[in-house]
Amino acid sequence: MSVLVYTESEGGAFKKVALELTSYAKGVANAMGGEVTAVSINGGNAADLGNYGADQVMEINDATLETFNAKNYAAALAQAAKAAGAKTVVVSSSANSKYLAPLLAVELGAAYAPNVVALPESTSPMKVKSTVYTNKAFAINELKTDVTVIGLAKNAYGLHENSAAAAASAFGVELAGDNGVEVTSVDKATDKVTIADAEVVVSGGRGLKGPENWNLIEDLADTLGAATACSKPVSDMGWRPHSEHVGQTGKPVASNLYIAIGISGAIQHLAGINSSKVKVVINTDPEAPFFKAADYGIVGDAFDVVPRLTEKLKQFKANNA
Amino acid sequence: MKILVCISHVPDTTSKINFTDNDTQFDTNGVQFVINPNDEFGLTRAMWFKEKQGATVHVANVGDASAEPTLRKALAIGADEAIRVDAPATDGYFVAKQLTKVAQDGGYDLIIAGRESIDYNGGMVPGMMAAMLGANFVNTCINLEVDGSDATAVREIDGGKESVKTSLPLVIGGQKGLVEESDLRIPNMRGIMMARKKPLHVVAADAAEAHAATAAFEKPAPKGAVTMVDPENLDQLIELLHNEAKVI
Repeated sequence: MSVLVYTESEGGAFKKVALELTSYAKGVANAMGGEVTAVSINGGNAADLGNYGADQVMEINDATLETFNAKNYAAALAQAAKAAGAKTVVVSSSANSKYLAPLLAVELGAAYAPNVVALPESTSPMKVKSTVYTNKAFAINELKTDVTVIGLAKNAYGLHENSAAAAASAFGVELAGDNGVEVTSVDKATDKVTIADAEVVVSGGRGLKGPENWNLIEDLADTLGAATACSKPVSDMGWRPHSEHVGQTGKPVASNLYIAIGISGAIQHLAGINSSKVKVVINTDPEAPFFKAADYGIVGDAFDVVPRLTEKLKQFKANNA
Repeated sequence: MKILVCISHVPDTTSKINFTDNDTQFDTNGVQFVINPNDEFGLTRAMWFKEKQGATVHVANVGDASAEPTLRKALAIGADEAIRVDAPATDGYFVAKQLTKVAQDGGYDLIIAGRESIDYNGGMVPGMMAAMLGANFVNTCINLEVDGSDATAVREIDGGKESVKTSLPLVIGGQKGLVEESDLRIPNMRGIMMARKKPLHVVAADAAEAHAATAAFEKPAPKGAVTMVDPENLDQLIELLHNEAKVI
């Protein structure tokens, strides 16, 4: 019995989520009494996965898989899962993994449980807890198929070190030549932290009064190595791109620290950021509903508080470097 | 071009979420149901194809009769016909299976579903449909153009976007960006009157076993009280974030 884990990489190195996912797969394998088999597609150094519990690493190196294509990647993972006799396949909540997981599930005849937040409550039958109603609640899902696919929610498990052999072997895949969807261009800022990967997110709302004031948000974010985000009205008014909109109909945020500046905290916004671990709210209105959902609050004017906070954090970082 | 827009019937985004029957059922008491927001962006884009390119637009839902007002709203916005598969939407796989049957029977060229519904957030129905139909698939789609049987789309990726070239038959998982929030349409009186006369077909479910079942729901644990920090004492905030929360 084995748990297969898809370990994502970028530029030839494993992403942090790959290590978190391997840690999680190890937890599932322990519960089932099985081993962890990692699948790496044009990926990094297999030994890195050994530190987090991978017993074997199937290395797929194929020119066809140089750029991401959901259909080809799902086919490659399905072939690996079948070859390894996997009972459970673990994938992340990245845009690419969420894209390929339904295809993989159909290929394997497997139930797919996305947004899972913890180790299974039981593995026979497989029962997993996931977020539903956009983080306003959890569901305990019973999966009825023999093989299952589990999508781990962002930042839900953390890194757990577990020394294992990580015995690497090459695995060849057979892929259809025509995959139907061809990428013609990619537009991705490589120098910015993305909301998906960020450990800290700094988010601004209407309280910032206009796009010309976003340097306040960006300076604070740069100081913390954080991604920038915004509330729905801000993206609707075109102050910031849609890709920064956080909330029920925008992006979910599951960072370690979420700093909300000039955001009142509508229920839809709170749903999107519920999975963040620590929330700091800065708002002029002491009655803003966001304070009820916050861990730390400051009643004050962003234009006064934020620049001073940024300066103090710079000093703090310098002293603790 | 024949377009099928898949419509989830979901609680409005402002809904308070509660459960009944020993936390096994969603409490619909006082809850307003709407077209799933991600689906509504797709429906509005489909209206553009109808008006500019002469497409036919059908909408489909898997659910009981309580979903019909939501389908009528889609008809009032401008869809030509509606189909309701008469079965509870037990899990994503079951829904994908039913909608795949609808898609096969109707011979659609383009199937637009939302990236995810805002109730179960499964995000699996469009992908599963594409796999079952053997159709091309673009998820988190924020722009779509169709020219004959060729299509170009833009997909949101983590930290950016990518442009793709593909062809019909095509399934997309859509979201905001397909159209802007300001392009969304509120049905007018004429649309509502016309919608009453448009066909709403109720079809029996195809035999299929669900892959998953919800055993129970849970609400998040109540949050502790907020710690307020004096804006003149920002050192205290940094100290708390460093030593208490341990996040910086």
